[in-house]
Amino acid sequence: MLWHKTLFRFYCYRKDNAENRLIWVNNEEKCLDLHVFYTIKNMIFNDFNPLEDKTFRIIDNEGKVTDKALMPELDKETILNAYKSMLFARTADQMAVSYQRQGRMYTYPPILGQEAIQVAAGMIIREQDWLVPAFREMALMLAKGVSLKEIFLYYLGNEEGSNFAKADRVLPICVPIGSQYLHATGIGYSVKYQQKDEVVFPFIGDGGTSEGDFSEALNFAAVWEVPVVFTIQNNQYAISVPVKSQTRSINLAVKAVGFGMPGIKVDGNDFFAMYVVYKEALEYARSGKGPVLIEAYTYRKGAHTTSDDPSKYRTKAEEKSWEKADPLSRLKKYMDSQGIVLENEEELIQSYKDEVDKQFLEAENFRPYDLEDVFNYMYVEMPDDLKRQKANYEQYLSWKEKRK
Amino acid sequence: MVQAINNAFDIKLAEDKSVVMFGEDVGVEGGVFRVTEGLQKKYGAERVFDSPLAESAIVGTGLGMAMSGLRPVVELQFDGFTYPAFNQIISNVSRMHNRTRGRFKAPMVIRFPYGGAINAIEHHSESPEALYAHIPGIKVVVPSTPYDAKGLIISAIETDDPVIFMEPKRIYRAIKQEVPEEKFSIPIGKAKVLQEGTDVTVIAFGALMRECQKAIVMAEEAGISVELIDLRTIYPIDRETIVNSIKKTGRVVIVAEASESFSVGSELMAIANEEAFLSLEAPPKRVMGFDTIVPLAQGEPYYMIFPDRIFYEIEKTVKY
Repeated sequence: MLWHKTLFRFYCYRKDNAENRLIWVNNEEKCLDLHVFYTIKNMIFNDFNPLEDKTFRIIDNEGKVTDKALMPELDKETILNAYKSMLFARTADQMAVSYQRQGRMYTYPPILGQEAIQVAAGMIIREQDWLVPAFREMALMLAKGVSLKEIFLYYLGNEEGSNFAKADRVLPICVPIGSQYLHATGIGYSVKYQQKDEVVFPFIGDGGTSEGDFSEALNFAAVWEVPVVFTIQNNQYAISVPVKSQTRSINLAVKAVGFGMPGIKVDGNDFFAMYVVYKEALEYARSGKGPVLIEAYTYRKGAHTTSDDPSKYRTKAEEKSWEKADPLSRLKKYMDSQGIVLENEEELIQSYKDEVDKQFLEAENFRPYDLEDVFNYMYVEMPDDLKRQKANYEQYLSWKEKRK
Repeated sequence: MVQAINNAFDIKLAEDKSVVMFGEDVGVEGGVFRVTEGLQKKYGAERVFDSPLAESAIVGTGLGMAMSGLRPVVELQFDGFTYPAFNQIISNVSRMHNRTRGRFKAPMVIRFPYGGAINAIEHHSESPEALYAHIPGIKVVVPSTPYDAKGLIISAIETDDPVIFMEPKRIYRAIKQEVPEEKFSIPIGKAKVLQEGTDVTVIAFGALMRECQKAIVMAEEAGISVELIDLRTIYPIDRETIVNSIKKTGRVVIVAEASESFSVGSELMAIANEEAFLSLEAPPKRVMGFDTIVPLAQGEPYYMIFPDRIFYEIEKTVKY
């Protein structure tokens, strides 16, 4: 397929190991240095050069296919299921916000508007692959086997919410911004060292790209040529700070160039574009050529967290202007145009709500938090000093009990 | 307290052109806790501004500014987000004056909200005062009231040494107190005896002063006379006030939220032993956090220190 060969543009300096000199390679797998011919035996892609600020997109805001050649071959059922996953994630997300508003849950970071990126990634990331989330990847975590109950349990203030029962390859969310990117690079090294067919998928936000850890992780990954597909969910805001105050780069994908890896800016609200890019990126990483960087250009429709009030720093007009780019409505419009029908949508949403509520109740009714839970996991084996502190506290508790 | 600190910033920004403020969300939004609210509007985006998201850079660039004629007041958004800046603080900020034999000074304030009991997510509930007080060359200040916050932050900005200013987020808006509009300052390095007593000295700082005051009421009901000291400055520590009090009462209970091992509590016990050993009638006692991560909201009630636990230890120490 045509798109197969034209996705990433790999415009960067690479060190030619044979000649031990720097060369400038272009999109045609040829070195622009006239004296050296250099071939990279992997897929090198032409048409979406981040240096030219091109954005990879397949459907427009009206759901119309803008470039048929790029459209992935997906059957109707797959597309329908993707939409349903997005709808489920949105339902769960909105209910999470409402649980917080009801005072039943603590601070929660909504994913509203970022569903396409995560559902697409979830379809590509395989069972053996690693997911290294930041903290706004709820839909993707669900796709990779984390339960809603676990996610709710975390935001109900219980560490058991990071103890995923069925998602061995999913790291816990990472609150210290950007630090998770380094772990992904390290896992990538392990994978390569152990010669496993696994790919690592770390996520970060636009704000996180300013942290030193972001650059360090990319640099190490490129130097080590490890199988890591880095994603930046550029939702335009780091709490109140817009991307323009975060970087003077023409976009975020272009940062890949400086580290010697392919980068691409993708319309993050276009499910098909995200799907194609992840498919390509997975194959690129698997083929042993090293990491890639994907900027998923999207919009945080909700607040940073339930503690945040976006009206302090952005206009209603801006929010409205992004409404037409909503990932669900775009995919829905495409489906309508193709006669892909979602039957009984209202019933479906109701069944999703029931499911979300069921999982929330399970989280709410999780066994009470015990003193043991504070101590048990600090070390593999509890040091005597911790045992002493716990025993002292138990004495206090029994004193307290007697006073009643 | 938020208003008091904001008011202090207003005063300093107005009177001293070298004062600048920045950090994540500090400018347009006025900080996630609104401590710098309205200041960008009043003083312009050159003096009060949003930085890109990078704590190490916030402190590192702040040091550069401090070395070249400005008095930066930088904000790190939460206690648990200060650690990316740790390298700058311990390797550069704290040492510049000594390394250059005084040729350069580092008159900067690094401020952040600290402490738990607000049902926060991970990395938002920590009390790292001991980590920073352990660094030679750094002053560490923690106010417990709006009045103190204003007076101490003004001193911090005017000090030629770098100051870590830890704001007890849990009581940011919990205490209503009349604070004079005009400028005043409270000296760094001076503790305050909040209440005189004869049986036991209780030493605390920051958000836990309120818990101690409640515990003291319980102690009084039990016939125990407590002398209560608010440290206000962690380093340089006010040995004189501490030692005089312990010598008088013969007993000391130290209350703080951080993990107890290798903590401010450890230091105060060392001071008690070094300088008031012969006056001690009971072993010095720490009422502090466990040597664990601050648990998430459901586990926090075990970790956090409430008045009855303080009273329990006061009573045990007095009855020893």
